[in-house]
Amino acid sequence: MTAVPTAGVPTEGGLQASKGDAIPLITYRQALNDALRAELTRDKNVILVGEEIGIFEGSYKITAGLLTEFGPERVRDTPIAEEGFVGAAIGAAMLGMRPVVEIMTLNFSLIAMDQIVNHAAKIYSMFGGQTPVPMVIRMPGGGGQQLAATHSQNLEVWFAHVPGLKVVAPATPADAKALLLAAIRDDDPVIFLENLSLYNTKGEVPDGDDVAQIGKAAVAREGTDLTVIAYSRATTVALQVARQLAEVGISIEVVDLRSLRPLDRETVCASVRKTSLAVVLEDDWLSYGIGAEISATLMEGAFDYLDAPVRRVAAAEVPLPYAETLELAALPDANDLIKVIREVLAATGFPR
Amino acid sequence: MAERRRAAAARVKEPAAPPEAQTTRAFPADEPPEQLLGYYADMVLIRKFELSADQMYKRAKIGGYCHLNLGEEAIVVGLMAALLPTDYLFTNYRDHGYALMRGLEPGRVMAELFGKSTGVSKGRGGSMHMFDVGVRLLGGYGIVGGQLPPATGAALALTYRGAPGPDAEVVMCQLGDGTTNIGAFHESLNLAAVWHLPIVYVVVNNRLGMGTTVEAAAGEPELYKRGSSYRIPGERVDGTDVLAVRNGARRALDRARLKREPALLEVMCYRLRGHSVVDPARYRSSADVETAQAADPVPLLRQSLIAAGLLDEAEAQRFEADADARVAAAVAFADASPDPSPSQLFDYAYATPVPNAPHALPGEPVVVLP
Ligand SMILES: Cc1ncc(C[n+]2csc(CCOP(=O)(O)OP(=O)(O)O)c2C)c(N)n1
Ligand SMILES: [Mg+2]
Repeated sequence: MTAVPTAGVPTEGGLQASKGDAIPLITYRQALNDALRAELTRDKNVILVGEEIGIFEGSYKITAGLLTEFGPERVRDTPIAEEGFVGAAIGAAMLGMRPVVEIMTLNFSLIAMDQIVNHAAKIYSMFGGQTPVPMVIRMPGGGGQQLAATHSQNLEVWFAHVPGLKVVAPATPADAKALLLAAIRDDDPVIFLENLSLYNTKGEVPDGDDVAQIGKAAVAREGTDLTVIAYSRATTVALQVARQLAEVGISIEVVDLRSLRPLDRETVCASVRKTSLAVVLEDDWLSYGIGAEISATLMEGAFDYLDAPVRRVAAAEVPLPYAETLELAALPDANDLIKVIREVLAATGFPR
Repeated sequence: MAERRRAAAARVKEPAAPPEAQTTRAFPADEPPEQLLGYYADMVLIRKFELSADQMYKRAKIGGYCHLNLGEEAIVVGLMAALLPTDYLFTNYRDHGYALMRGLEPGRVMAELFGKSTGVSKGRGGSMHMFDVGVRLLGGYGIVGGQLPPATGAALALTYRGAPGPDAEVVMCQLGDGTTNIGAFHESLNLAAVWHLPIVYVVVNNRLGMGTTVEAAAGEPELYKRGSSYRIPGERVDGTDVLAVRNGARRALDRARLKREPALLEVMCYRLRGHSVVDPARYRSSADVETAQAADPVPLLRQSLIAAGLLDEAEAQRFEADADARVAAAVAFADASPDPSPSQLFDYAYATPVPNAPHALPGEPVVVLP
């Protein structure tokens, strides 16, 4: 596993192109905090709900200062009752509130899965479009912190599998803010996936109301030799690898999915039609993972353009052990990605 | 209805007075002195072990989350004194002291914290996940409430073997105050009630779940009463008093043993530090912290033993030095133990071997045809 990036992950290419000279460099954590503050200020129907988000200021301090600023009715601490408070947020959303729920970590969402999958995802459609459920569930996932098997999971595909949910997984501070603004203003339930190892990463975040479009991927870095498709933490690793390989004359394009449902298949296929080679870097387990969906998409949308089979770099399929030696072995890192990129390039006789 | 409610309420014992700042406490005459001294030695061992774990965390020997039993020593020792070797124990993640008191070598517990292959869970579980089937410690669970349904099911299994009686096996399931708010608590208690299961749920009420007070989180903040909905009798005892804890636990365990019925025991204490070693607990008032310090069970027992003439200063220091030495040896053992080898990553993936079990490391090809 790559050391958790602490320095900035400069944004490159397309989406977050510089818009001026003085764009502030802030952390992913601060970007989320800013977005929450902005929405609480803008819309009185926005409320925050979750464990330890008020007095404790958030287990990972994403909601720091917001209780003091907005009071206990807008920033509502809950008992430890994930099923209860997620469900309660659904009900409040049905009556026009816009709850933003924090689940302390993604692992605890499993207790709320029935409310998320059987209720939040169903209510608008199953009742014939009468009542939308405008809510957001924010939660960090991710391994690499030695939190052991139950506290280190990447279960994005559980949510991404479910029609009726929208699922986003921002990689940069700018996207964290822009996608959170979009998620809160969206009339559907949005699963907002954060990552523990991204909270301290820094990046340029434009001031103001930069609202992303959910459902759109971004070309985070342009390249010509091979496309790496990634999301969340994996995007930061892919960008780092792309920079490293650029120095030895290999041009990597990085597609940052940003939205896992809906999936921007067009952007993925367009990139691979251009580069003809694809590797997916994902933090989830390999079988049935995000990479499996991307590979199938490429079979359909870029088959004739592919010069080699699509490869996936994913987590080893074991409950993640606590011991650092085992954890490092199980999680995908920059070296694993480089190795696979080189294998794929070699298969095509690169340099072509 | 009203009658039923009264009946349920009647079975709930009135709370003991909350622990107050006391300097000494008297002991019953029939309490063997060597046993009392043994409890003190055990509490000191837990205290020293936890202070060492805190240090080792700060030296990055320990990773992940690390929750300490500081302030809960009398509870851990009292509960474990009441539990028989034939009983089963399930706990939450605040579990180091329980592992030690179940008789596990401090070195193996420390090695688990260090993520070493000699650890009680072979370095795979870490601080939150102590497990030793030999001493019937069935975990160590990090998901709030996660231990409750499995503990309830263990009690169900016991009903298929053996009969009620003074030697019957029973289950103890420890949990925190905040955990009484999760669905699994209520579902488990109800199952235990309707199935008449030999289980004792012990709520360690340290008055906080992370930064949330019991009053803010629980509709019925007198947690020992929360069994009433299921007609499970509850009792609250002073968790700074090792004898009160042990005796309360024995009463509850006896009910499970003899009548094969569940019971709920609430033990009151204070958390002396943050929720975990990295929590500075800024949300606590200084008055609250002072109250907690004043109710520290370790010096309280020390002073009480001295006042009762059962211990003198020199002996007390010997106990403390002994504990220091055992903890130092545990650290040395953990330090010298090997890390698990990456080649062992897929060990224990399944208990039954199966064709095509995944064994690819990240980036390894998964389709390898002959
Ligand atoms: C389902 C679930 N939700 C949230 C958490 C995060 N969490 C860990 S410990 C804890 C507080 C538990 O408090 P309590 O039951 O009083 O036990 P204590 O830590 O005080 O011993 C919380 C919220 C978790 N581990 N699992
Ligand atoms: Mg507690």
